[in-house]
Parts: sequence; C-alpha cells; structure tokens
Amino acid sequence: MGRRVGSTTALSVAVIASLVACSSSKPAASGTTSSSPAATSSQGTSSAPTAASTSPAVSSSSAAQSSAPPATGGTFTISDPYPQYTAGSSWVNLLNSCGASAGVKIKRTGYDTTALLSQTLLSAQQGNSPDVLIVDNPVVSTLADAGVLASNDQDNIDTSAVAPNLLAAGVLNGKTYGIPIGANTLALYYNKTILSAAGVDPTTIKSWADLTVALAKVKAAGKGGITLSAIGTEEGSFQFLPWFWGAGANLTKLDSTRGVAALQLWTTWFKDGYVPNAAIQDTQTTSWAEFATGKYAFAENGTWQLSNADKAGFPYGIIPIPSMAGGVAPAPTGGEFVTIPLQKDTSRYATTEKIVSCLTSSDNAFTTDTTLGYIGATAAIQAKQASNPELPVWITAVGAAKGRTSDNLGTNYPKISQQLWTAVQNALTGAKSASAAMSAAQSAAAAATGGK
Amino acid sequence: MSDTTRVEPHSSRRDGGGAAAAAPPPGVRGRSRKPVASQLAAWAFLAPVTIYLLVFYAYPLYRSLDLSLRNYTVRSFVHGHAPFSGLKNYSIDIHDPTFTPALLHTLIFTVVSIVFQFVIGLALAVFFVQHFRLSATLRALFLVPWLLPLIVSASTWSWMLNSDSGVVNSVLHSVGIAPVNWLTASKWALVSVIIANIWIGIPFNLVLMYSGLQAISPDIYEAAALDGANGWQRFWRVIFPLLRPVTAVTLLLGLVYTLKVFDIIWIMTRGGPAGASTTFATWSYQLSFGNLLPAFGPGAAVANMLIVMTLVFGFVYFRIQRKQRES
Repeated sequence: MGRRVGSTTALSVAVIASLVACSSSKPAASGTTSSSPAATSSQGTSSAPTAASTSPAVSSSSAAQSSAPPATGGTFTISDPYPQYTAGSSWVNLLNSCGASAGVKIKRTGYDTTALLSQTLLSAQQGNSPDVLIVDNPVVSTLADAGVLASNDQDNIDTSAVAPNLLAAGVLNGKTYGIPIGANTLALYYNKTILSAAGVDPTTIKSWADLTVALAKVKAAGKGGITLSAIGTEEGSFQFLPWFWGAGANLTKLDSTRGVAALQLWTTWFKDGYVPNAAIQDTQTTSWAEFATGKYAFAENGTWQLSNADKAGFPYGIIPIPSMAGGVAPAPTGGEFVTIPLQKDTSRYATTEKIVSCLTSSDNAFTTDTTLGYIGATAAIQAKQASNPELPVWITAVGAAKGRTSDNLGTNYPKISQQLWTAVQNALTGAKSASAAMSAAQSAAAAATGGK
Repeated sequence: MSDTTRVEPHSSRRDGGGAAAAAPPPGVRGRSRKPVASQLAAWAFLAPVTIYLLVFYAYPLYRSLDLSLRNYTVRSFVHGHAPFSGLKNYSIDIHDPTFTPALLHTLIFTVVSIVFQFVIGLALAVFFVQHFRLSATLRALFLVPWLLPLIVSASTWSWMLNSDSGVVNSVLHSVGIAPVNWLTASKWALVSVIIANIWIGIPFNLVLMYSGLQAISPDIYEAAALDGANGWQRFWRVIFPLLRPVTAVTLLLGLVYTLKVFDIIWIMTRGGPAGASTTFATWSYQLSFGNLLPAFGPGAAVANMLIVMTLVFGFVYFRIQRKQRES
C-alpha cells in the first residue's frame, strides 16, 4: 500500500509539474513579444510603402470581395464591447468589409463591456490577444500600463485630426495608444410637458441654483425631479463627475471645498426628494427607464439614449449639464478606443493598421457613430453630424468634455473612482456627512495611489 | 481513500484464491499477488477521475494560492515574473477597513440564512409527511425557488423591493407602514439579501429533511403516540433525534453553499450601498473584477480565506460524524 500511495503521489506530482511548466513558459513567450516592438518600428516603415502600392489594387477589387487577392490572407480577430450587434448588423458588416478591403477574413467577438478588461488581460497572458481591440476609454491606460497595447508610433496610426480632449484618455507617459471611434457624454434630458406645466423654462437653466429652483417648482407641481445613477460602480462615478468637475474640483483632491459642495448638492436634492431613492442602486439604464415613465422632469443620461428618447412617448428636449457658477460643466467622455494589442507575429501589424484606418475613416466612423449614438472624434465628422438638429447640444457637450484618465491620472483613476462612488453612496444613504465622506474618500484614495 | 477501497476486495481474493507464492515481504504483499493486467485496468479506471481532480481542483487551487502569494500588477499578470511577496496580500486585506464588516456580514448572512432555511424547511417537511390530496403538487411548487435561475430570482426580488415602485412597499403602505428602503438603506440592505437567500434555500432543506423523515418508519410514530406523547413531544423527543444524520448533512451542505453566495448579493445590491452588504464572496469579486484596475492578489487572498473558513466547518462536521459513529 505504501508503494501504491507513492506511485499515486509520483503521478500527481508529475502531472502538476508539467502543468506548471506549461504555464510558466507562456510568460516567457510574451516576454519576447514585449521586446519586439523595437524591431517592429523598422519593419513598419519598410512595409508601409509596399502596403500603399498594393492597397489601390486591393481596394478597387474590394467591391467584388470574393475575387480580391489577399495581401496577407488568413483570419484577423476583433474584440468589441457591443454584444447587442450580432452577425448581419451594420456594425459587423462594416468590420467584415474593412477586413475584406485589407484582404483578410474577420472573426469578431462581442463582449460585455465590464468583462472585456479581464478577458483582454487573460488573452494577453495566454499570448492570443485579438488583432484589433475596441475597448472603453478609461481602461486604455490600464492596458497600456500592462504592456498589452502597441503605441501609435509603433503602428503609424494618425491621430492628428482627433480632438485633443478626446484623445487624452489614450495618452500614457507621453505616448498615445489607439484612436477614439467616437465619444459620448452626459447631458440633461427634460420632459417638455412636465416643465411647461410647472412653469419652468429650460433655456434659463444655466447654473446649479437655476436647476435647484426648477426642481423645486416641478416637485411643487407634484412630479418627480431628476433621475440619475448613484450606483456603487464606475457608472456612479461617471454620473457624478459632471457635478464634481462643474464645481471646479479636481480628482487629485476629493475633499476640497468644491468637491464637498458637489456632493452636498446631490445630498440636498436627495433629502428634499428631488431624486428617487432607488438612484442608489440604479444603473443608467434603470434610471432612464424611470424617466421614460413620464413621471420625472429631468434625466441625467447620455447620447446613447437618443433613440430611446424618440420612443419615449412624450416631447423631450436636451440641455447641457450646468456648472456651479454658470455655463456648461465638463462631463466625462464615454466611448471606445480602437486599439492594437501587441502580437508575437509582428508582420500582422501592416494589415491591422489598414483595418483600423478603414474603421476610423471619416465616412465609416460617421456611420458607426450614427449607429452607436456617439459624436464623432474629429472636427470633420462633427461637422457632418451638425446637420442633424438633435446633435448640436451634444457636440457642444463633447467639446467641453474631459477624459476620466486624462491629466495623466492613468491607472490612478480607477482607485480614485472607487473611493468617489463610495463617498457618494455614504453621503446619500446618510451614513456619513458629505464632508466626512469626502475626507474618508480622499485619505483612502491617497493611500491607494501611494500618496498622490 | 481510493487505497482503502482497493485493499478490501484485494484481501478477500487473497483469502479465497489461495497463496500463489510463499510469504512475500509485507510491502509488496498485495502487488506481487495481483496480476499486472488488472493493476493497469485499475489505473485506467482511476485515471479520468485523477486527471479531472488535478485539472479542475488541484490546479485552480494552486493558481489561487500563487495569485495570493505574489505581488501582481496588471503588467506582471500579463507578462509573468511577479515577485513573491509572502503573506503581504493577506495583510493588506486584514488591514483594509472593509475586512471586519465583510467578515461580520458573511457570518451573519450565513448563520441567519441557515437557521431560518432549516427551520422553515423542516416545518414544511413535517407538514408534507402527512400525505393529503395535492401534497405532491404543492411540494413540487415549493421547489420552484430552487429551480429558478439565480439571475431571475435576484432580479425579481430587486423589483419587488424597489423603494418607490416595489410591490412590498405598496403592500406595507396599504397596511399603514411607512415605505422601507430595502436595497438603498445601509441597515436594510443585508436584511433584504438574507430574506432573498432564505426564500431560495428553503426547498433544498425541505427536500432533504422530507427524505429523512420518509426513512423513519410510521410504527415509531404509533409507538410514541401509544406511550402518551403529544404532537410536539413526538416530534422533539422521538423524530428529531432520529433525524440527526440528515440534519448534519443538510446543515453542512447549506453552510458550504451559503458561505459562497455571490450572485444574489451582487445583483441585488452590488455589496452596497457603500459596503453595507459586502461579504467575502462579493469583496473578492469586487477586488478582482469589480473595478477598472484589477487587484488579483488581494482578491485571491480573500477567496482563499473563504476556502479556509469552509474547510474549518467541514472538519467540524467530520468530527461530529465520528463522535456520532462512536456513540
């Protein structure tokens, strides 16, 4: 029996040892990947002229897709956070046609946006990152810091036409990673019927004081005030930031008097009953559903709700979020970046660049932004969108918007954001006062970011 | 365990089949007797289970330990070579202000859920032992909470407990009680998830206790009645002691399951508001996947602490089992 136990142990040790050896060999493989970008940059420049000379031939035959001679052949993988678009939708068709014009087949997977970060990290660890990764802008700096993405100098991606405030989220330590596909941001939707019944003129709402007065009038008329999302996830921070920045506060100092003033605004509204109690657990989708019942005057929500707003059944309008003193508050930018993960086989970058340029070309980006409900990232696309009467307010809002990870906050932003949403929840539930909540948040954030 | 089960038929063959050789040395007693072919066959049968256990139990456990003992940043997670940091991640977790509340919430959640689930499940089982018409159908209906996907149950409870438009608050309002902020107030969040968890766990206890009660012969009930025991005495002094083994299994399984409950809490309150309903399971998820900058080390450390807690209860169960067998 002793020998039997011994042989069992030997067998299991052998299996575990081989598994461990397999797992520890992979980091070595991706270690070589990270040292190859130096070689890639010289390869990229030498292959660009050849790519340019073959691309006219390829694009002229792209109309007849089946007969296009493949430049590199094979299948290229794309990951994006739009699982709502399945095969046959215009988004997937666009991906396929960009692939065809680059001469390759596209294999696309849509992920839930909250799962895409972990999925990308795991893929990178295993050495099979997708060729093109479309990912939410606040995680671009995390991925860049993890050494998963190729910077734009490595890939010849031209971001000169992109508005700098929209590009800032992809900048880490002076290098840019990827290019925005479009941007969305927050504004205030309002229910015209309720406002006119309560005697409120939305064009007069320019500052916090005006907005609070309007909410009081609406409440007196027996209707709900404003729906927003104060949930304990990144969505909660996203919704609070226009008020935080609108007070002139800075994310590096949460407990400044301005920051506390912003939180105090929400807490007072909450206590006075202008905000539904469920806001503490509402996502932006749920808070929109509350607004769509027609019982609330205002909704703080984003461009992506435009198509839902048309179906709401009551006349609606949009105003930008006011700042404390007056004017348009800087709202955080939503929207994804098209990025290129590092690959072991660096010859793939040439084709990947073609696919990315196709996706972000003026016409294609315009179509994509219209489908997704985003605002274009370049002045050219925004000019085209300005002809749609619903969009100028959003274009103004996006012009004033800021990336959450900009100001070189990069990977410090998630740690600060977590403390910010915790502070909001503490204040709204009454567990702490606004100033106590913000001080606690600031000390925790400073500790987490190493005294920043 | 596999070794002991194999020895028994082995020794019986030795007794029955007659000795092929003179007394072999004790260590290889079994080996030289058993033909090689059946040895290999035995290994072949064991191999799938062994491989399954290694791949799906041993390896993930090893990876979880590895994650918690190293200092992983996102960069070292992708590229490897994370420095060994010993128990630093555990120390980070223990000194985190969330640790004590999370531990407290985990214990309260588990104990309260199990007590109520068990008592209500047992009461229902005793009720169903008397076979009345439609008892089978009613029992099947009572299984529904267990059969529903957790996301359906959790979402439905979220809607019912909504502060402004939930059905629970409107019922309370009709009885004259002020609306309660079930999911959005710090003191009610934990209570709400416990209530939802109890509702989901009752069928499990019901089924197990019912099958335990079925195993008790009806003669015992008659004998107790003849001896002059009333209903409550019959139950408490005769039936319940006979149910001890089933009770122990039910409580242990319930405990192990409830310690890990994550979906209900995450969907209903996300562990909030501001950590009011955070348990170790939700905290581990939040550290690793619930924010934009994954902290896999501390997250794995919390998960390992949860495993240790579960193991402790498992050992307690084995000791009780052994005491019961010896008594």
